[in-house]
Amino acid sequence: MTEPNSTLSHLDLETSEKPFLDANELVINMGPQHPATHGVLRVILRLDGEKVLGLECVIGYLHRGVEKIGEHRTYTMFNPYVDRMDYVAAVSNGLGYCETVEKLLNVEAPPRAQHVRVILTELNRIASHQLWLGTHALDIGAITPLFYTFRDREEILKIYEKYCGARLTTHAFRIGGLQYETYSGFESDVKNFLKFFRPKIDEYEELLTTNRIWVDRTKNVGVISGKDCIALGVTGPVLRASGVKWDLRKAQPYANYKNFDFDIPIGENGDTYDRYLVRMAEMRQSVRIIEQAVAAIPEGPIMAKVPKVIKPAVGEVYHSIEAPKGELGYFIVSDGSTQPYRVRVRPPSFVNLQALDKMCRGQLVADVIAVIGTLDIVLGEVDR
Amino acid sequence: MIAKLKSLYGSGIQPLTYAGQNYMVVDRSLIPELLQVLRNEEEFDYCVDITAAHYPAREKQFDVLWVLYSFARNERIRVTAQILDGDSVPSSVSIWPGANWLEREVYDMFGIKFDGHPDMKRILLPDGWKGHPLRKDYGILQQDSEWVQINLGIESGQ
Repeated sequence: MTEPNSTLSHLDLETSEKPFLDANELVINMGPQHPATHGVLRVILRLDGEKVLGLECVIGYLHRGVEKIGEHRTYTMFNPYVDRMDYVAAVSNGLGYCETVEKLLNVEAPPRAQHVRVILTELNRIASHQLWLGTHALDIGAITPLFYTFRDREEILKIYEKYCGARLTTHAFRIGGLQYETYSGFESDVKNFLKFFRPKIDEYEELLTTNRIWVDRTKNVGVISGKDCIALGVTGPVLRASGVKWDLRKAQPYANYKNFDFDIPIGENGDTYDRYLVRMAEMRQSVRIIEQAVAAIPEGPIMAKVPKVIKPAVGEVYHSIEAPKGELGYFIVSDGSTQPYRVRVRPPSFVNLQALDKMCRGQLVADVIAVIGTLDIVLGEVDR
Repeated sequence: MIAKLKSLYGSGIQPLTYAGQNYMVVDRSLIPELLQVLRNEEEFDYCVDITAAHYPAREKQFDVLWVLYSFARNERIRVTAQILDGDSVPSSVSIWPGANWLEREVYDMFGIKFDGHPDMKRILLPDGWKGHPLRKDYGILQQDSEWVQINLGIESGQ
């Protein structure tokens, strides 16, 4: 590999007058193969005993060049690729991409499609938060929640499987509407899931919210202020847990979120515990949204009038949605041909991960694990 | 806001709208100052994204663009500056600390350097990699075969 210390420059090792191996300072490497980094993330930690003095993330191990691939595929062909970025929230990725191309084409999906899109996307938000909760708790040492959340997440994946045949990389939407008409029994499946799932959130909370070990491991850990979040571009539940009431579903409503009644849960302290509470509350809000949506799915077509060959006029558009992890944006430049001239993905995980250094300084090594978990990163999206 | 900026910078700013979205094409020479004004006076306190696009047929080959958002106004704006191949752009890390990784990614993918960036190096590709893959003259199957052979010990990564 390249010189091992080439990535350490900002940790002041080379410029420091102190000897490289100061008795009090230790540089250790964590990852890229590490069970608690949620993928192939390498973190170089500078420690004083157990205390973190600074850290640097080394990323890119999962880089597949999604943006380059986008320039070499037609608009329709690129659609399944976006599912593979944040693979635990594939439906959200697809929604963002389809809406952006629809903006370029100046078409809007019909009401029925919009409704089903909201249902599937909110189910996906719940699934993503469940996966986060299970793995985050596992990292901190609570094994049980993982079994609970995966058991319940399965029910969501079953709905996806019945709808489109896939469980994770769903490719559920098409540019201009939906890939498939809903199967018969879709509505009752979703309603049954809501009935089943509502008490399950209480069950998760019973396991953790007042659990002394959980509270000790998360309270005042990885604190970040709302101001710092904004300066660093951090969005999603992390921003909201720091007290900033901002959610794109409310601020700049897309799909038909403006027709649904829901609250934006916020926290106060911006610590790991508040971020946990915010995500738990978000699951409840998602249930509320799905409940309203599934009760009133309008009849009608599932596809807008979209030409067989998609050729948007020359122009550029930036559009973003509130993915489970934060603001997921797409910037697409069209040169009037069948392939995008440039596709840029603004990944929430990538930008949020930047705050890791700030959040971990002064904390203990064990807290780094807690903070990586609470940021809820997916390396497939960080590296694209 | 646009009128005010226009009176300040005159023909250096070209305000445009497409699909209901506002953006402006500005002179490269305005870059740190205009972003500073947008941040401090117009409350665009959140730098959403920094990216670029390559147009090899143009004399000024690259578009560098900043996507900004203001919480106070609930408004988004894009600032685009066109630059020559080999030109650098002033860094905005001192304006928005979050610009750090975004600028590194632009450098990694396009080879556009940001002056005054605290740590201007690659972010997604390995440090020793040759070439910047999102340039239009970089083929989709192209790779730094020397790097691959030395570091991975295989003939080709394809």
